[in-house]
Amino acid sequence: MQVLLKEINKSFGNLKAIDNVNLLIEDGEFFTLLGPSGCGKTTLLRIVAGFCKPDTGDIFFGNKKVNNIPPHKRETGMVFQNYALFPHLTVFDNIAYGLKARKISKQIIYSKIEKILDKVQLKGLEDRYPGQLSGGQQQRVALARALVISPQVLLMDEPLSNLDAKLRVGMREEIKRIQKDLGITTIYVTHDQEEAMAVSDRLAILNFGKIQQIGTPSEIYFKPLNSFVAGFMGSSNLIKVNVIDYDPQKSLLETEVNGNRIYVKSDKISDKELIISLRPEWIKIADNESNKKVNCFSGKVINVTFLGSVLRYKVEAFKNLIITIEIQDPQFYEIKKEGETIFFQFGVDRPVIIES
Amino acid sequence: MRFAYEFDWSVLWRHPYGIWILKGLLVTIEVGLLAWIIALILGIFIGTLRITTWRWMRFLGTAYVELFRNIPFIVQLFFWFYAGPMLFGEKLAHQINRIPDLNFYVAIIGLGLYTASRVAEHVRAGFASISRDQYQAVLSTGMTQVQMYRYVIIPYALRIIIPPLTTEFLTIFKNSSVAMTIGLAELTFQSYRIDAVTFHGLEATTGAMFIYLFLGLSVVKFMGLIEKKYKIKGMVGR
Repeated sequence: MQVLLKEINKSFGNLKAIDNVNLLIEDGEFFTLLGPSGCGKTTLLRIVAGFCKPDTGDIFFGNKKVNNIPPHKRETGMVFQNYALFPHLTVFDNIAYGLKARKISKQIIYSKIEKILDKVQLKGLEDRYPGQLSGGQQQRVALARALVISPQVLLMDEPLSNLDAKLRVGMREEIKRIQKDLGITTIYVTHDQEEAMAVSDRLAILNFGKIQQIGTPSEIYFKPLNSFVAGFMGSSNLIKVNVIDYDPQKSLLETEVNGNRIYVKSDKISDKELIISLRPEWIKIADNESNKKVNCFSGKVINVTFLGSVLRYKVEAFKNLIITIEIQDPQFYEIKKEGETIFFQFGVDRPVIIES
Repeated sequence: MRFAYEFDWSVLWRHPYGIWILKGLLVTIEVGLLAWIIALILGIFIGTLRITTWRWMRFLGTAYVELFRNIPFIVQLFFWFYAGPMLFGEKLAHQINRIPDLNFYVAIIGLGLYTASRVAEHVRAGFASISRDQYQAVLSTGMTQVQMYRYVIIPYALRIIIPPLTTEFLTIFKNSSVAMTIGLAELTFQSYRIDAVTFHGLEATTGAMFIYLFLGLSVVKFMGLIEKKYKIKGMVGR
């Protein structure tokens, strides 16, 4: 089921929660709304579910406008961060009540529940109560409850945020698998950019109720449109530079920051001032002699963080900027100490020019 | 220790006083139980009205609760007994006033209506303790609002509010004593009656005291069993 949101606006008092959002989610797509707390992503999800009425704008499921259809008739399944299971009902009853409401025969209810429990790997726990289950198991029950009614659209509101880190990774793979199996259109809300990249076909980044960028995870990671996206999806060094010259033969932009020359590959000459985004893992450590090369600079180490697979330096460079550098697989690197001088370099094709 | 007063505890069982006490106890139990049935059913209904999405229903529920809980019970009882029949028109009022044991029925209805307003507030508190997500989760599975309350929310809320309901349940037996003011021969009435005849009010009242205490503790025990039976697994309970 295709979902179309058209010019959606929603305010709470003076706060503009949703600011003119347009979104087309394809049939069978796993689509994520990603953004920091208070960006409007949950409000948008509740608008799709029907729990919240937009001030203006239309919502379509397929060709059908659903603005005035109440939530219980929208054929959506919803999974909540806190599971929202009923502690006085068994696992079986928690999943079954949506079917009972539809006046489906007992036999069909049993077979449907058996099938769905198999899918979420909860067989044998039918008679348990939610209070007797682990967090991961409870989330599976919530997922089964949402899926058993064969909804047109599956809505998930931070479903993994209450689980511990390891389980979260396991569950998100499982959610992805089940979603692909059933081919169900899914809208997923999260503030966790890694989770969003891991599960989504496409995602939209929201801030202050506005969509900042829509695209596949790799598009957004490698080609962020603005500095918010660059900073939110992974981490990024955002450097404000002045444009000095453009060489159309080499498609090379010569820029300057505090007296340092940074060369950036570019198809066109751009404004006088611009921001370049540089991922920490795109920067390499260089030795002293390479100082004369293009885009090679020195700086003072001010912080070292060792994370096993990654070594992270914070370096003071370009006079007064803090640059983050990440070294993958740092086993054979000589780890610098705080206060030492470090040389680093990056290719001219690395920096991404973004709108301010 | 010596008293000028001569104790005579036999007024609690001597003929005919023992029978009076037993009859009074029976009336107290009857009035309490029947009023409780009214209070519980009506209270759940009114409590649900107070949180529905339909505005005029909410208004109705709120009006009921505020009316009944803000007027002293004894005033309500007088109203129903003396003015109540007149609400039905002069002709019908005449017939109603001739119903035998009218004070018995008025006590049940009056006590039931009054206690319902209190039960309704407990029910509302139970609803309020259930998270918004849980309501929305039920609606998103396709249940209508009525189905949602009937099958999921009310059974859940009732389990949560068993402790305050226990208090209401035993209070209804205690409040039934107010019905002596409209001449209902319940337990307190009978103990006064023994005092009037024998001048041994101290013993009679003490006896009534212990009977009320026993009645209340029985309710506590009974509700304790209910609470245990419907305890939600994985939640704190007794």
